[in-house]
Amino acid sequence: MWEEKFRLVYRVKPMDLASAGSASSQIKVELQRNGIEEDVVRKVGIICFEAEMNMILYSTGGKLKVEVWPDRIEILAEDDGPGIEDLQKAMEPGYSTAPPWAQDYGFGAGMGFPNMKQNSDVFDVETKPGEGTRIHSVVYRSKDNETP
Amino acid sequence: MKLHNIVEAIGLKVFNPGVPNYGNIEISGGYASDLLSDVIAGLSKGDIWITIQRHLNIIAVAKLKDAGAILIAKGLEPDKNVIEKATEEGVILLGTNLTTFEAAGKLYNLLKYGEVR
Ligand SMILES: Nc1ncnc2c1ncn2[C@@H]1O[C@H](COP(=O)(O)OP(=O)(O)O)[C@@H](O)[C@H]1O
Ligand SMILES: [Mg+2]
Repeated sequence: MWEEKFRLVYRVKPMDLASAGSASSQIKVELQRNGIEEDVVRKVGIICFEAEMNMILYSTGGKLKVEVWPDRIEILAEDDGPGIEDLQKAMEPGYSTAPPWAQDYGFGAGMGFPNMKQNSDVFDVETKPGEGTRIHSVVYRSKDNETP
Repeated sequence: MKLHNIVEAIGLKVFNPGVPNYGNIEISGGYASDLLSDVIAGLSKGDIWITIQRHLNIIAVAKLKDAGAILIAKGLEPDKNVIEKATEEGVILLGTNLTTFEAAGKLYNLLKYGEVR
């Protein structure tokens, strides 16, 4: 009864600014095409974009995975390093280690984690310096969709 | 208000008029910001996004947010590959010599009072 409907997986390459945001855009289009509620798609889009950008700017690469369930969307962003030294600080609004060139491009507002958190119903981050970062987010769909 | 009415009233440049259905896009509002995280969180569907950013990533942001168009202020021009990408993705790229402040003021008046003023 509570079967997963489908799953989208994208590889995110480090420093690949040219295609930055393309995984999130594709995820949005796929969710829309499958009739997922507009507000849910909007939230998932924001979360995926911020997670994708962070992997591109700060990680050595990773994977962005989205699972569609009858009652919710699960987002998993996992990268292979370098992990986050001080997670508490990284989560603070306005905190960013983006280099100047990235800031000139409009990245590095330090609003990525706050945006992800605000748009998630469940949000947690696991990170280990030297290993990697794993972000898990859940966005619930409306009650009407709970019966598959 | 239709995009082509706005383009005419303010006198905007259209970098990629070849986008299908360009003139008929319905514009409901505007959002002015150069910080991508702020735009991702704050822009609404059908808004004209006014910015001085002009690199490739603005196309992905506009697409993700269903922006009505991107308006690049201060006479800045996007590179050819950015215009090409925008056309490919169906995102309208506009330009103006006005500053973000001036462009936002004109768009605001136009949408709110029906004239540029
Ligand atoms: N996947 C990641 N790997 C390593 N560090 C990260 C990762 N994601 C975020 N960070 C760190 O957390 C900081 C805050 O991230 P965020 O809230 O998205 O703001 P911003 O991207 O604007 O800097 C980043 O500047 C970076 O130092
Ligand atoms: Mg970020």
